[in-house]
Amino acid sequence: MDEPAIEVEGLRVRRGGQEVLRDIGCTVRRGTVTGLLGPNGCGKSTLMRSIVGVQIVESGRVTVLRRPAGSPELRRRIGYATQDPAIYADLTVSEALRYFAAVLGAPPSDVDRVITQTGLTASAKTVVGRLSGGQRGRANLSVALLGTPELLVLDEPTVGSDPELRDELWQLFHHLAATGVTLLISSHVMDEAARCDELLLLHHGKLLAQATPDVLRERTGAPDLEQAFLRLIKGREGAAR
Amino acid sequence: MSAPITFATTRRILTQLRHDPRTVGLIIGVPSLLMILLRYVLNSEQRFSAIAPALLGIFPFTIMFLLTSITTLRERTTGTLERLMTMPMGKLDLLSGYALAFGLLATLQVLVAAGISLTWLGLDIAGSVWTLLLIVVLDALLGTALGLFVSAFARTEFQAIQFLPVFVLPQFLLCGLFVPRDEMGWLLSAVSDVLPLSYAVDALTHVTRSAAVDGTLVRNVAIIAGCAVVALLLGAATLRRRTP
Repeated sequence: MDEPAIEVEGLRVRRGGQEVLRDIGCTVRRGTVTGLLGPNGCGKSTLMRSIVGVQIVESGRVTVLRRPAGSPELRRRIGYATQDPAIYADLTVSEALRYFAAVLGAPPSDVDRVITQTGLTASAKTVVGRLSGGQRGRANLSVALLGTPELLVLDEPTVGSDPELRDELWQLFHHLAATGVTLLISSHVMDEAARCDELLLLHHGKLLAQATPDVLRERTGAPDLEQAFLRLIKGREGAAR
Repeated sequence: MSAPITFATTRRILTQLRHDPRTVGLIIGVPSLLMILLRYVLNSEQRFSAIAPALLGIFPFTIMFLLTSITTLRERTTGTLERLMTMPMGKLDLLSGYALAFGLLATLQVLVAAGISLTWLGLDIAGSVWTLLLIVVLDALLGTALGLFVSAFARTEFQAIQFLPVFVLPQFLLCGLFVPRDEMGWLLSAVSDVLPLSYAVDALTHVTRSAAVDGTLVRNVAIIAGCAVVALLLGAATLRRRTP
């Protein structure tokens, strides 16, 4: 169990002629909630795509659950939710989930389970296209929870949810982590960072820091994580000059 | 290949269509309406019988081509394709699921259009009705498979629609409907020889004129089916698990 769930070494990714990830190296421990933080466009989604194995990478190594990222054996073991909901807008929530459950070979009872977990019971029979933005985001998240994924890679899963629901989702994430699931969750909201066991701070395609929230605050002497992050960026720019 | 995943995909696509009854109405109704229009434009059962079988093949081919290219493009642009590619979904599972769902729809479409043509519109063919139906359903499947394939080359729905005149209209002009294929110049004739719709129209014309099931007919039917399979395999080759 000591082996990390994710190990990234020297990862470089180019998209459209630009270097989006520059020499990323990090690890994600099993059974933790790891936050991937950084401003919009810093490369969070690209790093997640590389871990799930759908991104063409230039160089570097990404190992997920002891296998190279993108290995066929991993396809049942990783739950992935993109930032933009990737779910059929012309199906009802339960119809769409039933299909993805069938593809994953998950039991049909999983559909009701994930609908309950994401608080979508009242909209289970609503066509996805008619859901509110937040509900659609949760429908998108619920697909990732189908089956028994050992690793969840969730790109901004709480965007558009109200504070109460956001709180429930974070409780769910920690509950899953307690059962041994590893979660990698991206966010650009710093108040969510405090709820993570470990943080990866990404800025302009570079990894600024990997640390627990406490260590990060201590190291920078900042009162909150937002300030800590800003100080790290300033420190780096100062060093570059 | 996994049969449960293929059937689940077929069911999912049919469920999507069930939520869109207007589209289903158009798919089933439009070829029949066009056949009725054609019958009264020509104003002669004889002339109608000469051209109708070929059009019975071309209409479903065209509609299925358009329908599949748009649907699969939507699957690519909304991210559901990428999601499926992170799951234990085989590329051929997905494409067979599509071919099966649209094949079923095409069969229904053809049955209605052929039924109306053969009864009300007075279409008279020398060959067997079943052979006619087989060829027409294969045509629709070919349209489906080609639509799946070309959708890989379109980034937007505007582009996908433009592929209709690019891929379908030249076949329409060269298939022998307007000018018999052996009267074309050598270059056009050669191009016509490599376009699958030419064989479909040859086969349909044969069924119209003769009841004999000869080697040429069997060969032509085999060519249509073969082209559909090749287009499906090419379509599978365009699906990528990793993208830039």
